[in-house]
Formats: sequence, C-alpha cells, structure tokens
Amino acid sequence: MPGKLKAKIVAGRHLPVMDRASDLTDAFVEVKFGNTTFKTDVCPKSLNPQWNSEWFKFEVDDEDLQDEPLQITVLDHDTYSANDAIGKVYIDIDPLLCSEAASVISGWFPIYDTIHGIRGEINVLVKVELFNDLNRFRQSSCGVKFFCTTSIPRCYRAAMVHGFVEELVVNEDPEYQWIDRIRTPRASNEARQRLISLMSGELQRKIGLKVLEMGGNAVVGYLQCFDLEGESGLVVRAIGTACTLDKLSSGSAPNTNTHVHPNTAPASNACNSPSKDGKESPLAHGCRSTHNSPVHSACSSQRLSQNFSVSVPTLIFTGMGSGGSAGKEAGPLKTLLRQQTQTALEQREFPFFTLTSFPPGFLVHVGGVVSARSVKLLDRIHNPDEPETRDAWWEEIRQEIKSHAKALGCHAVVGYSESTSICEEVCILSASGTAAILNPRYMREGCLDIGSTDHRFEEPSPPSCGFCHIPYDELNMPFPAQLTYCYHCRRQKVPDVLFTTIDMPPEAAVTGKGCLIQARLCRLKKKAQGEVNATAISNLLPFMEYELHTQLMNKLKLRSMNALFGLHIQISVGENMLLGLASATGVYLTALPAPGGIQIAGKTPGDLSNEHHILTIQKRINDTITKNKELYQINPPELTEEVVGSPIPEPRQRSRLFRSHSESSDELSELDLSHGKKDAFVLEIDDTDAVEDIHSLLTDAPPPTGFYSCNTEIMPGIYNWTTGVQMFTSVRVFRLSNANLTNQGLNKIFTDLCENLLKSFYFKLRSMIPCCLCHLNFTVAVPEEELIQVAVTAVAMTFDKDQTQEKPADKPVTKGCSETEEQLQFPLELCADSSSITTQTSSKISGVPESTNVSPRAASVDYGSFADRCSTWLELLRLKAHTIRRGSVKTSRRTQSLAHSVSSLERSSPLPEGRSRSLRSNRSFGGSSVPVVKMTPLSFLPGTRIIKYLGIINMFFIRETTSLREEGGVSGFLHSFIAEVFAMVRAHVAALGGNAVVSYSMKECVLMENPNKNQAQCLINVSGDAVICVIETDQESMPSTINVVQTCSSGADGAT
Amino acid sequence: MAVELDVFVGNTTIMDEEVYQLWLDGYTVNDAVKVRMEGGVLEEFEASADVLLSDTMDQYRTFQMCERLLHSPAKLANQLLFQIPPHRQAILIERYYAFDDAFVREVLGKKLSKGTKKDLDDISAKTSVTLKSCRRQFDNFKRVFKVVEELKGPLVENIRQHFLLSDKLARDYAAIVFFANNRFETGKRKLQYLTFQDFAFCAGQLINSWTIGAVDNMVEDMDVDLDKEFLQELKELKILITDKDLLDQHKSLVCTALRGKTKAFNEMEARANFKAFAFETFIEPCRSDRWTASDMRLYLTHYTNSAHILDTFKHQVVWDRYMGVIKSCIFKMYHD
Repeated sequence: MPGKLKAKIVAGRHLPVMDRASDLTDAFVEVKFGNTTFKTDVCPKSLNPQWNSEWFKFEVDDEDLQDEPLQITVLDHDTYSANDAIGKVYIDIDPLLCSEAASVISGWFPIYDTIHGIRGEINVLVKVELFNDLNRFRQSSCGVKFFCTTSIPRCYRAAMVHGFVEELVVNEDPEYQWIDRIRTPRASNEARQRLISLMSGELQRKIGLKVLEMGGNAVVGYLQCFDLEGESGLVVRAIGTACTLDKLSSGSAPNTNTHVHPNTAPASNACNSPSKDGKESPLAHGCRSTHNSPVHSACSSQRLSQNFSVSVPTLIFTGMGSGGSAGKEAGPLKTLLRQQTQTALEQREFPFFTLTSFPPGFLVHVGGVVSARSVKLLDRIHNPDEPETRDAWWEEIRQEIKSHAKALGCHAVVGYSESTSICEEVCILSASGTAAILNPRYMREGCLDIGSTDHRFEEPSPPSCGFCHIPYDELNMPFPAQLTYCYHCRRQKVPDVLFTTIDMPPEAAVTGKGCLIQARLCRLKKKAQGEVNATAISNLLPFMEYELHTQLMNKLKLRSMNALFGLHIQISVGENMLLGLASATGVYLTALPAPGGIQIAGKTPGDLSNEHHILTIQKRINDTITKNKELYQINPPELTEEVVGSPIPEPRQRSRLFRSHSESSDELSELDLSHGKKDAFVLEIDDTDAVEDIHSLLTDAPPPTGFYSCNTEIMPGIYNWTTGVQMFTSVRVFRLSNANLTNQGLNKIFTDLCENLLKSFYFKLRSMIPCCLCHLNFTVAVPEEELIQVAVTAVAMTFDKDQTQEKPADKPVTKGCSETEEQLQFPLELCADSSSITTQTSSKISGVPESTNVSPRAASVDYGSFADRCSTWLELLRLKAHTIRRGSVKTSRRTQSLAHSVSSLERSSPLPEGRSRSLRSNRSFGGSSVPVVKMTPLSFLPGTRIIKYLGIINMFFIRETTSLREEGGVSGFLHSFIAEVFAMVRAHVAALGGNAVVSYSMKECVLMENPNKNQAQCLINVSGDAVICVIETDQESMPSTINVVQTCSSGADGAT
Repeated sequence: MAVELDVFVGNTTIMDEEVYQLWLDGYTVNDAVKVRMEGGVLEEFEASADVLLSDTMDQYRTFQMCERLLHSPAKLANQLLFQIPPHRQAILIERYYAFDDAFVREVLGKKLSKGTKKDLDDISAKTSVTLKSCRRQFDNFKRVFKVVEELKGPLVENIRQHFLLSDKLARDYAAIVFFANNRFETGKRKLQYLTFQDFAFCAGQLINSWTIGAVDNMVEDMDVDLDKEFLQELKELKILITDKDLLDQHKSLVCTALRGKTKAFNEMEARANFKAFAFETFIEPCRSDRWTASDMRLYLTHYTNSAHILDTFKHQVVWDRYMGVIKSCIFKMYHD
C-alpha cells in the first residue's frame, strides 16, 4: 500500500439555487477516488454550506495515484427523486507525489458542470502520504518532475540532459461509443473528461518510467496533445526531454549558479569547424585561438540560400502497420561522412530535444529547420493496449527528421515538436525542429558533477555568434547556400539566412529589434473520400510548404532581416481546403550578412507599360524596406569590415530566387541569372499570381507605434521589461460565403483575418504602451466546410521605453540572467565587477547591445576571485547536501521545514507576492479575497523570481449548451467558457500554493456548433507550470537580498 | 464572409471605462461604436471601425457577464471567474450604482413597485435617460431598498457594507430609501426647483435626528422610520402656536432681537406668525418676498433661541431636536 490520499471537504459558497420553492439548496458532496466513494452530510437549506467533513482516506497504489484524478461531486439532496448534480471538481494530485512540488492542495475550486459552467465554489483540502516503495519493477514513477517550460526551469540546474522521451496511449472515444446514444450529454461529457484525465495520468506515469530508466529525474519541455480521431478513437501522446535536474537552493538561484558555471564553460568549441570538434578536447580552441581552422582556407561560393529541409509527405493508407512507407528524403541531400565521435548522441535513437532555449554553451551550431509531414488514413484502433500503428507512424516521421538533420551535418534536433491535423478520416502528422550540434558534455554521465570540475575549462566560452556558424561541411553542402565569413568573429562561415524553431540564444547579438513575421496560405481542394482525398492532400503539401517558405523569405527581406526564430508552420486540413500558417520572429543577426533588397523583374522586358508598373512596385518595395529599417531600428554596422580587418569575406554572390523545395531547386536555380543587381532577391512577376503575392507582401501593416510583437519568448532587442503582464486568448471564426472562391480570394480573407486579429490586440492593449506582444501563438483550424477558426494565445508585456535603444551598460548580466533561464550563470556581484570590462570587450564594432559574451568572458577576467568564490560556494553546497539527506528521512518533517524556509524567505523578500504554504494554512477559509494568479505563456514573469515549481497543470474541459442563443450566441458561449477555464486554472494553482502559471498554453480549442438546434460544444485543453514567484527588487540590490535569504533559510531548508 | 465568432479573454479582465459608461448609459453596441468613433479613439490609434466594433462587443459581453455579480457586490470580491484588481472592482461597483440626478428626482418618494417600473418609459422620455439605464437605476434602488429593509443597524453603514459603495453614494442611497419608505412627496410643482442633493441633505438630517435610530441603534428599520414618540411630542410643541400668550411672547422676543439688524425687518415681523414650518407656508412666501439667505439664517436662529427664553415653554429638548433639523433643512432648501 504505497500511499494514502486524504481529502477533507470544508465548505461551499455561491451555490446555485436548486430548490425553486425555497430558493435554497440542500447540498452534499461525494468524494471519489478509483472505486472508492465517500459522502459528506447534507447541509440543508444553504447556498453557502459548511460541511467541515472528516478526513476521507483512500489507501491506494501509487500507480493509481498517478493515473486517477480525485473526483469531487457536489449534489443537491432530494428526498423523493434522484439527487441532482450541481457540478464536479477534478483534482490532479500528481503535484503532491513529488516531494519538491506542493505538499498540500487547499483552496476554493470552481464547481464545474459541463452544461451549466461554473456553479459556485467548494473549499477542499487534499494531502498525500507516500510510503517508500522498494519494488524495482514498479509501474509508477512518482517523483519524476514534469515541466511544460521548454528551457531548464529557473531555480534548477541541469546536471545532465538525457534526451527524448515519448509515449502515446489510445482509447475509444466515449463520445462515439454505442452507450452515448442513450446517455445524457452531461454523462457523456463527464465520461470523456474523466477518460482523458486518466489517460494523461497514465501517459505521464509511463513517460516518468522511461525517464527513471534513463537515470533522469525530470521531464522538461513536456508537450502533451490529444488527437480526437472520432470514430477511430482517442489518442493522447506526449513528448519531452528527460533531464537530471538539481535544485538550486530556493531563492538563491543566481548565486548558486556559480558552482555550475565551470561546467558550462567548456562549451567552447563553437568556433571550431564541426568537422574538427571531435573528442580531442575542443576546449583548447577558444574562439580567439582558432586562426588555423581549416574552414578559412577553403572558401566556397555556393549559391541559393536555404537551409530548410522538407520532406515530401509520405503517404500510407490504412492503419495496418507501416507498409512500405519510408519517406523520400528531400532532394539531393548527400549524407556527409563525418568522423565525429558525438557518441552520446549518435547512440540515441532520436537525438531530439523539445527545449527551445538552452544553458549557455549547450548549443554549438545551428543548421536549419528540419520538418516532415505525412498524411495518414485513420482506421479504428482495434486494440487500445497496443497502439503500434500510431507509434509506427510517429517513428517513421522521427526517422525522417533525424535523417534530415544528418544531411545538415547535425547530430541533434532541438526545438522539436509534433502536431496533427485531422479532418474526418484523414490525418496529417507533422514534426519539426532545428538541426543542431550540441555540446556533448551535457549528455555524458558525470561530466557535470561538481567534483570533476576542472578549472581548466574556465576558458573563453563561445562567442555570441557561435551558433550561427554552419555545422555542415562547406565543400559538401546539403543544399545550395551562400556562405560568408561571420560578421562578428570573421573566422567561421555563416549562411546568409538562418531559420530556426528555437528561441534566440540570449547571447546572440542582434541589430535593432525583431518582429513577428507570418506567412499565410489557403489552398482549395476537391472534396473526396479515403485514399483519393489523402493523395490529393499529400500532393498539395509540398507546394504549400514551398509557398509559405517563399512568403516568409520575402517578408523577411522586406524587413531587412536575416534570421527567423521560433518558426512554427501549421498546416490544417479541412474538407475542401488546406490552411497553412507559418509564424516566426524575424531579427537581424549581427553575425549574418545584411540581406539584399528585393528586385522585381518582369517577364517581358520591352513592354513599356509593364516596365512602368514594375518600376512603381519596385519603388514601393524599396520604400517599405527603408521604412522598416527605421521602424525596427536596423542600422547594420557598416563599419565592421574596416574594424576587424583581417579575413575579408568573399565577394558575395547574388542570391537567387529562393526555393526551399529541393526537388524544384534544380530547375529553378537557373532562373534569375540575368536579372537584377547584386545582393538582391529577385521576384519575377510573370502572371497575376505574382502580382497578388507582391501586393499581399506589402499589405502587412506594421504594428502601431509603441507596440512590438514576436512569437518567441521575448523580443530580441528589448531588454528592460517592466512588470505589466496581460495574458490573453482570442478566438475568431470566419464563415466564408458560398460564392466561388479562388485561392487568391481565400488567401486574402485568411490574411485579413490574421491581420485584423493583430490589429484588435493592439487596440485592446493600447493602455499598456509601450508594450510587446510576446509568444504570439496562432492556431488555425477548419472546423467545418466553410469555417476558418483562428485561436491566439499570447502575453502583452510592458517595457521601459527610455532604455530600449541601448542595453544599459551596467546591467547586462542581470539581463543575461533573466534571459538565459538563470541557471548556469554567474553570480550577480561578479557580473557587476566585470561589467565595465565587459562593455569594453563586447563589440565596439557595432555598438549593438550584446547580452552575449558578457557572462562567459567575465569569468576569464577575474579568474582568481572567481575560483575563491567557487570554493566557498562549494562549501555551502556541501552543507546543503547534508541537510538534504537529513531532510529526506521523514516526510512530515520535510514539509514542515519547507514551509518554514519559504516563509522565512518571504519575510526577507520585500514584496512577498508568493503566498507560502505556511501562510495559507493559517489563513481562515472565510471570505478572504481571491489571490491573484498571473498567467503567461513564457517561462518567466518579468520582474519576478520563481522560487518554486509546484507541478504541472494539465486540464481538459468540455462545455456544452442547448441554449446557445440565451448564452449570447457562440461568442457568448465561448467567451464564458474561456473565462471559466482561466478561473479553474487559477484556482488550481492557488490551491497548490502558487501565484502564477508559466509556460501556459492552450493546446486544443475545438468548437462545434449547430445554431439551428441552438446547441454548441467546445473542448479546451490547457497546460502550464504552477509556480511561486516573488517580486524581484531593484536588480542591483539583489545579490545582497539573496544572501540574506540564504543565510536565514539555509538552516532550515532541508527540503531544497 | 462574416465573423461568426469573435472573443478576446484576458487573464486580468480588460475593461475600458469609457465603454463601461456607455454600457451603463444604455447605449446599444452600434450606438456605442458611433460615440467612440466620434470620440476619436480611431485617429488616436489608427484602428478601423471593425476593430472598434469587435472591442465594444467583447466589452459588452464582459459587462453582461459581470452584471450578475454586481447585483451583490460582495461576491465580486471573492468570485473566481474574473480576475479584476480591487481598485477596478471598486470603480465597477461605484459606477454601476451611480445614478442620474434627473432620474432619481423623478422617482424620489415614489413607491419602488412594479407600477412605478411600468412608468419608467415616461420618465425615460422626460429625462432623456435611456430606458435601459432607467431600469438599471430603478432596480438598483429597489435592490438596495430590499436588502436594507431587513437589516439592523445604521442605514448608511449597512448600505456601504453590503454594496461596497463610497460614503457619499451610500448616503445618497440612504436618502432614496428613506424617501421611498416614508413616501414623502417630492413631485409637487412648487418643489420642482429643488435638486436631489437638497433632498438628500434633508433626508440625512432627518435620519440623524428624527428617526428611531437617533435614539436607539439596534432596532430594525431604525433609520428608515421616524421616531413615533418624537412625533407625538411634536404635537406638544403646538402650544407655541395655540397658546396665545406664548405666541405673543415669542413673537415679541424674536422681533426685539431682530430689530435694526435687517432691512427686511418689517416683512419678517409680519411673517412671524410662527406657524409650524411646513414648506408651502414658510419657504415659498419667503422666496417670493426675496429674503436673502443670511436674513433667513438670522431669522431662524433668533426664532429658535427666543423660544428658550420663554419660561412657560416646557419642551426645550424636543424643540431643539425639531428646530435643529428644520433650520438646516430650510437653509439647504432656501435657494433659487
């Protein structure tokens, strides 16, 4: 009996009136876990009942603890007829199973009914007592921590990154079972909610087991998705990155980082040509010493610009295993013979990482985006216990991704994600990521142990430009690309354009600011069934992919930028059309060459009117580019070449009409030889399509003054965030008129839809100016034949306008810390010491803000004192380790001391926004006002420090109505549903003792409506990490504050 | 092609005060959009009419969803559905319970019944306050009335605690409740020149001095009903008028005191017939005779004080309680 779950029902409030006669309610509560049910007494005639029940105890396996939710049902007692259900609360008790997360769940939960929405609130207390389980063959994985955050969570450090974990479970969808014909919609919805909750629990447990097998203790970048396959079933799948995380003592994150740093420094092979960074210590080659790198001598002048590899979608019919399905590799990609000993990675089946930002030094080089799609026909899942078919599908796609990465000379894929789009029986599976070379140190056992730290590694770490340098062999390029010497270090080759799916590395140097770049595309297709339909779709996909890519490229050039981060391409399938939406954040990377302009060329020279037309368009384009340069403050450092002198880059070839698709690249590469000036990107207008394209290119309105937008965590080029945060979700559905729509017409509608949404956001959030919309996440769907649905979740964050121009010199490191996830960083005081030096060294070349080399270089600046500090820190850590061991003996004591440490921390932190558990347990349950819970899709809240992760939030809700008109139509219905979902997320976080949700995302928002029947149904799935964060005071004073915190808490914090 | 669905939900509920006011004032979405367009938000922010419409719809929906909570403002603070910062909550409530003086002037003293509610369209036409807004205000009055009806303790305090209103607004509501309860007619033509604030002041005075609550503070309805004992005692004051001796004595005392201090003395003397101060019989004639405010003040002061000098006049306490209120009410009401 490995665990005891205890629950207590305290009180209810704001209950609905269930008895019309008395205007009151006779409420009681059923508490159910697994197959055991307890009931409270009936609290007669009250809308604010006080049950104050005994502790209901469930003795259960920890396997069940992981899978099952605690189910609380509030009912109205009725003497004569059946009791009426008021609503339910599902509580995921997973956070209680991990000693480092929450220890009690206590608070007000909204009572939710799938038909009526929120109906009052209930106050509940839940605790878990876990007994030690020594069974080696156990099925549970209690204690493995899960994080949605796609970076190493702040207040942890990564001792080791093990790699990719994935799992999927399938089941029949209750909505499609025969029984659904005879049960009420409520019963059906609840069955579905419960099933999905169970399945996610099971999935998490299974992934946890895999992590334990790998020797890890946490999953970072956990991404769980549902595939509602309709008749054929329900798939819940998840991917993540297994890690071994060490907790930094709470509250002292920046300081303790010191220990860690020496280990991160060795990542200094960035400047080496990848062909060299073998096992013989790459560390010897700091970037300043690698003059003889072979790359310098061999200069190639390859053309054509893209590092983007697309798989031709592979088509497999039926779900009968993976018959003859290997995906074609994109184009003439030659496998590179590489004598690398990246053993740690090569041995792995899938060297994938769901992380999008990394500890400094982890990411060595970035190759480019790799993606693969595949169209499948769904078939009933016959045996839910063996989901092989689905597994095989994904396996295939992952293999394809892996081979693409290889072709790019990379041994790993980072920023990896998977998604599906389903319409009837057709399903598009997509996967994408960024091919990269990683520092193998993070993957090797033990190499990051503090004991083995060698101070030799205290080397100059990679320059800010390291990740831009090409990972592939330039003589043997996987695709035609145009290389130049890095504009930053002048030693390595860089491509002219870089596309990635990750966040911009914090050390990267950018010129000016970034902006959101979107490519939108609609393609009509004929309605069809089965294989014909699937074939039609898979034939369309490459063209869509290609066109989206062209659009992105054009828009990037138009903004005078040269790199995309956070690229996310979604292709959504409907009955009669396909929608494609690519979003990314464009920036001007200082290390990459300046993008050329866009050159318009006519097909028929000599035609005067046409010439004139072309001239006007050309002028408009040039004007736009100039305007954009001003808008995004892009003033490329023209002087660079003189300053650095030495290896002058090859005169660059004219770039050509870009083709992403390798198949087409052969023929097309010849196209534009005769046109245009150097460095120009040539667009040919030979038909109306092209004209349309150019028009659409120019219609993207820039955000209004005071606004910026991006889809990455933070906006490149903005550093001084203030604390204003507004997370929002917006959904729009467009009904297309029945008229004969052309592709162009559709494109325009779709583009306008997206643009108008953005404009709406700017308008609504105008009071926050100056502000930036971050992590703009668009999701498109075609819920019905003539409907286009766009859902957006993002956060608006304010920043200090005065300082945006330049990063303040004395603060670079604090910024660095906040951007680089705070782990593996320098203590602040150290940074302060070295900041002056930093500013000197960090490029005068451009005068461009550089978050970059700051911290790594700081290390080499003051080596001695640093080592000193290290040893003292080590001392302290050892002391801590000791307390940990002691603390883990007894559960009860641990919680106690934890509460203590948190509260002592709060006492010392000037603005204790985070409510600690100790505070909460003392608090009366009466009408205290509702605690504020902030939500953000980012991994942090500006101006605050996360002191504790309380566990993952993963919730799935269904809402249905049969009185759509009365609820204000679909808009009213969805508006209140989204508000309810937010409320329930906040309530759960607050009950865990948290005050914020980070890495929040809405994975699914499926809306079905039938206005004629006055009905609608909606499913929403959200996830995120519940955290406690405290307001950070003045950044300068932080180190001292923390010291205080540490001294006062170190005595008691056995739990940390 | 049409927008079938369009929602925007923020974790912190976004509310534009301007739109809230338009909503409260009973504007339809389209009218509100028009007003906003004229207000120049568009130029200020390069937005299109579509954007404005979408925003207005969103906000209207939010307000409608909040309205249920605003009916019992205490719920707003501990509900979980909307995350609204406390100062915003206060603004929402205060604005929701605010009313138009023109409207309240029409309803003041009337029974807050269904019948009156049916007449709201007439009032709406007369005051040019939209019917929707009239209904909200009327319902607010009724709601407050119903809640405090059953409560013990001081009226103003009850209102303030139950509806989380500012002191000023709570006092105004107390006045409305007081008038509604006592059905003091305020609609007479001669009273038309008086504003709601005049009445509110008087109600405040009456509540403070003449109700049961002024004597005993733990009775139900204590601030709504006038102190019956006191009203009884008032009858005894009539002696001042009915007893010829006393009347003459008092009159001469007042006249002596006033002599030479004002040029309007003659008229005052004539006026000093010392009837009980009903409105028509005192203020109205004085107004037509154009007494100045200071004359009035002087006169009333002496009138009150002189009574104390009368040896045979035994009801000094009641007289003070009576005259204190009368005096301040008349001061307040005595204006153009």
